[in-house]
This record gives sequence, C-alpha cells and structure tokens, in this order.
Amino acid sequence: MREIEYRHALREAFDEELERDENVVIMGEEVAQYNGAYKVTQGLWEKWGDKRIVDTPISEAGFIGMGIGASMLGVRPVMELMFWSFHSVAFDQLVNNAANVRYMSGGKCNCPIVVRGPANGGTNVGATHSHTPEGLFSAFPGLKVVSPATPADAKGLMKSAIRDNDPVYFMESTLLYGMKGDVPDPADGDFVIPLGVADIKREGTDVTLVAHGQSVIKTLEAAEILQNEHGISAEVVDLRSIRPLDQDAIINSVKKTSRAVIVDESKPFCGVSAQLITLIQEYAFDYLDAPIKRVNSLDAPAIYSPAIEHEQLPSAKKIIDKVLSIMPAKA
Amino acid sequence: MDITTTSPDYSSYPINKNLSSEEKIDLYRLVCRMRRFEQGTQKPYSQGKMGGFLHLYIGQESVAAGTISLCGENDHVITAYRCHAHALACGMEMNECMAELFGKYSGCSKGKGGSMHFFAPDKNFWGGHGIVAGQTPLGLGLAYGVKYKGLKGCCICYLGDGAINQGAFHESLNIAELHNIPVIYVIENNGYSMGTSQNRSSAYKNCLAQRADAYDMQWDIVNGEDLYEVRAKTQIAIDRAHNECKPTILEITTYRYYGHSVADANHKKYRTPEEITKYKEDHDPVNLWKQRLIDEGILTEESAKQIDTEAKQEAAASVKFAEEAENPTVESIFDDVYWEVDNDTEAGNTGRHFFND
Repeated sequence: MREIEYRHALREAFDEELERDENVVIMGEEVAQYNGAYKVTQGLWEKWGDKRIVDTPISEAGFIGMGIGASMLGVRPVMELMFWSFHSVAFDQLVNNAANVRYMSGGKCNCPIVVRGPANGGTNVGATHSHTPEGLFSAFPGLKVVSPATPADAKGLMKSAIRDNDPVYFMESTLLYGMKGDVPDPADGDFVIPLGVADIKREGTDVTLVAHGQSVIKTLEAAEILQNEHGISAEVVDLRSIRPLDQDAIINSVKKTSRAVIVDESKPFCGVSAQLITLIQEYAFDYLDAPIKRVNSLDAPAIYSPAIEHEQLPSAKKIIDKVLSIMPAKA
Repeated sequence: MDITTTSPDYSSYPINKNLSSEEKIDLYRLVCRMRRFEQGTQKPYSQGKMGGFLHLYIGQESVAAGTISLCGENDHVITAYRCHAHALACGMEMNECMAELFGKYSGCSKGKGGSMHFFAPDKNFWGGHGIVAGQTPLGLGLAYGVKYKGLKGCCICYLGDGAINQGAFHESLNIAELHNIPVIYVIENNGYSMGTSQNRSSAYKNCLAQRADAYDMQWDIVNGEDLYEVRAKTQIAIDRAHNECKPTILEITTYRYYGHSVADANHKKYRTPEEITKYKEDHDPVNLWKQRLIDEGILTEESAKQIDTEAKQEAAASVKFAEEAENPTVESIFDDVYWEVDNDTEAGNTGRHFFND
C-alpha cells in the first residue's frame, strides 16, 4: 500500500475516469490552467487539454446549469464549487433542475453529474465560506450526498460518483486535502467504493459514534482517548455517504453498544444528526440504554476569530464529554 | 408597438422559397392544432379537471411553429413553462400532452410534471421548465453537449421577456459567447412579464435583444406575426450555430391573448381590451398565415376551415382520451426519482434511498 494525499487521491480518481469514459469532463473555476484553487485538479489540464478540463467564469448558476443540460445529452460533467458554500448562487440549478428533471419528465431525462468541492469549517474564513450543506441537499429526493473522510474513501467514492447515473453532491474538506493515507495502487486494479456503504473505522462495544467527513478524524481521536484514558470501547461508524444511507450499519452498531453519539459538523437544527437520531429511535429504541446524544457545531453562523472558531466546531474533547455523560457511573 | 410596415419580403428567402405547398399547409395545420389544443383545455380546466397553473400560448403560435420547423436531427429545443405549443411543434401528440394536463399516468411525464413540464427527449424536446430563466443554463448545456460530441447542431432555448432580467440568463450569455456554444436564445417578447409591461420591467436601449452587444454576441429582432420572417431570421442564427459554433439572441415580438396564466385575473387591467382586440384583429399569426396561403393560392377558405375543424376534433378527442385515462398510482410516486433505483442496479439497491416511516 502507498500513502498519498486526499487531494491526490481525488485527482487520481478524475484521471482514471477521464481515461475510462470520454464523456467525463471536469469543469469549474480555476480547475484547468490555475490547477485548482486547492490543487485538487493539478496537472489534469496539461494532460487532458481544453476539451476535458474546462475553466469557467465565476458563474456558478451558469456553469452548473450548463453541466446539467449537457448531462441530459450524455456528457458526464464533474463540476467544482471552489467552496460548497457557493451553492447558494446556484441553488435553482442544484435543486430545481438537477434533483427534479428526471422526476418531472416522468423518467425521460437523467442527470449524471457530480458537483464537488470543500464543505467545512475550521479555516477562519467566516460564515459565508464555512457552510456544511450535507443535510440540506440530502433533504431533496433525487440527489445523492457523499462526504469522505480519508484519501482512500475519497478516491473510491469519487469513482463511484462519476459512474453513478444520478446527481451526486460530493463534499470534501480543505483541512483534509493535505492529509495522507493508504490508497491502493492503480496497478492493483480498479478501486471503487460503492455509495451507500458505511465503514466501521474502529470497532468497539460500549458506545457507537457516528460521523462523516472531517468529523470522522476527530471522532477517531476521541475514541482513542476514550479507550486509553477511560477504558471505554467506542465503535466509530463513518457514514461516507449520507444519501443513500447505510442505515443497517448504524442500527447494527447501536444494537451492539446500546449507546449512540452523533458527531456532525453541521448545525443541529434539521441536520444530518437529527435525521440519524430519528432513525435510531425508530429502529433501535428497545436496545438503547441512554438517550442519543450529538455533537454539532454551536448553533450560530461560523465565527471568524481564529482564537475561537475551533470552539464552535466538534472536537475530540466535546465528543469525549458527551460520551461520558451517557455512560453508567462507575461504581 | 406597431410592426406591420416596410419589412422586406421574407417569403423570397431561400429557406422559405424552398418550402413546398404541402409544408406550408403543414405549418398552418400546426398553428391550428396549437390553438385548438389550448382552447380545448379551457372547459376541463374551468371544471376543475386539471390542477395548478395553465399558461396559454394563444396568439404566439407562429414563433414556436416557425422556429422549430427549421430544426434538424441535432437541433434541440428547451423552453419555459408556456410549453404546449413547442411540444406539439416538436412532434408530441395531443393525447400525451392533454393527459399530462389531467395528471394522468399516460401523460408525457406520467402525471409528474403538469402543464409546465412536457418532455420528449426522443424528439429533442427537453421541457417545459417552471422557474423563470432556470432553463437558460440548461439550453446552454444542451448546446454544449452537441458541440462536445462533435455534432453539427444547436439548441434553441426560449424565454420570455421577463426572463431576461434573471442572473442565470446573463451568466449563460457570457459563457455562450466566451466558449463558442451553439445556443440560440429566443426571447418571445409578448410585452408583459406577468402583469408588468416591458417598460416597467426592463431597462434597455432600443430593444431587449440588444443586450447581446454587451457580450459581443450577434442578435436580431423579429416580427413574430410573420412566419416567413421568423423562419428567415432564425435560419441565419441556426447557420451561425452550425457553421461557426456561435450563439445568437433573437427577440421575436409577439402577443398573448390570455393572461400570464389562466389564473391571471388582472390581465384586462394591466392592458386595455382595445389592445387585445387590435392584436386579434390585425396581428393574429394563425389568420395572417392562412390569408397568406390563400393569397398564394395554396389554401382556400374551405380547405383552411377543414384543417381547423380537424384540429378542433383532435383536441376534443384528446380531452376524451385524457378524461378516460388512468391516474398514476401512489406507488408510482417513488418512480423516476433515482435512475439507479428505477433500473434496479447494484447502486440502486445499496443503502437507503427513501426515508418514509
């Protein structure tokens, strides 16, 4: 196994899919000649040229709508939002057109697009650049939402997303782009991870921690401390894709541990965590030994202050505190 | 606006000169069918047999008929919510369209779209879109797709005069010119963005299409009541798209006799009854085309009446078809959401896609 960065893993996925399918085209602001604002697409323009790697103006509604229209004719655009926070200026295209065109045409159209980019807080860029809209877009039937935490997952899920015949909204993290991890060598075969399959990132018996995206990293850190300092065995379920959702993985884990804490960087109100809690109470109510708890970002717009922003986000300490609050008191 | 005088004789343009008598009669049949189809919706709509909105195209028929009559194998069409006539011009049947209005399963969109969302991708008709100007980037994308696949074609993307003030349209214009995309934006200017007249809704110099100058894009203004002119000027834009991969804006002036939608109770308040009457009497595209063909010796009053009667009968038959058609089932609500689920693929069977209790 070799170690590569998360951004490199994504780039490898694009490169392989560009090679595999001539209809795949990468579009977005600065993705070609600038090599990507976060260097995710570095080198692709040089290799694939203007037709396959397309720089667009700063016109998210325009180019995402263009990609949706082209996808109806069989082109498979992978479109970068420099930040997922910019979804708001393309919302009509992302929701009314991409999510609904298949439905409203009675199944006559389909929309095989990927829209991707970072969706995370923690980089002191303020409220308008720190949105985490996984829950928002998961609320629209017709859309699929993916949020990988590791380089391997980023690559394998991206390849599935590109091959998927439905619109997939792929949410990355600027804080993960430089993270290294094991990713299978392309020489060892096509590496694809299906959407809708969670990954047990750490096995445990006392409490289930459910997370996605960069929260997985913090959750794993918390699980390690819980084990070492408190003797608590935490199982970490990485959702990887939010919709479709691997409900069985969550429910089976909760049935085993009887306790659950959801770690979700998005805000608590109507977020991913709220949906997960309703599923757990519905499908594992009789197995629970404690109320389901969650760790979200504090419920206010993202603060800028570098000294304070990390306090607003989920952290290993907050996760640990929440777990301890639902564990039985020691004799 | 009075646009009846001193235009050149567009009938002598090659694209029109080469029309056979039969093709000219087919165009008359088409505009009659458009009008009779929509007139046929009035009674069932007022009886509550249809839901929602119903945006009628009556008065504008020559625009869709003329432009779409020029489309070939790799030319695509997309429009906004006033979509019935475009659908018929692309070759959709009255039955599937009327059944869609009735919300029936045999409707073109299985009762999932309604009046604003007719689709027939097999006939290069991509809807039918409800959000003002929301279709304009999609039209850009269809044209981009044609070019990407190396085909000689274009997309004609229709929008109303109200839609030109949406940001998505301007973003699309910039990309179209910048990337040489063979899209033709047809502004169907009926003078009113819902209840707001052109002068109260748009800032412009001379005409709306001239905004194209800001993007260094070609444009033209077209008298929509004259089918020959519509065809002649649209063909120039199509040639530009096919041969140079360049976009065009065409502003085609026209008029709608009914309100913005059937639910527009004010449509005789924001414009005068005299204005509506004047258009019906002097500028009606169906009558003008009929008269033209009579003058050319191609039609007679009798043969024209026969064609119109057949259109009316076809519309009445489609109402009967729609009334008797089956409703969709509750189970069908979950069809056509995800391609992978509909096609029972491994991806469609992995993970939970729907979240009903």
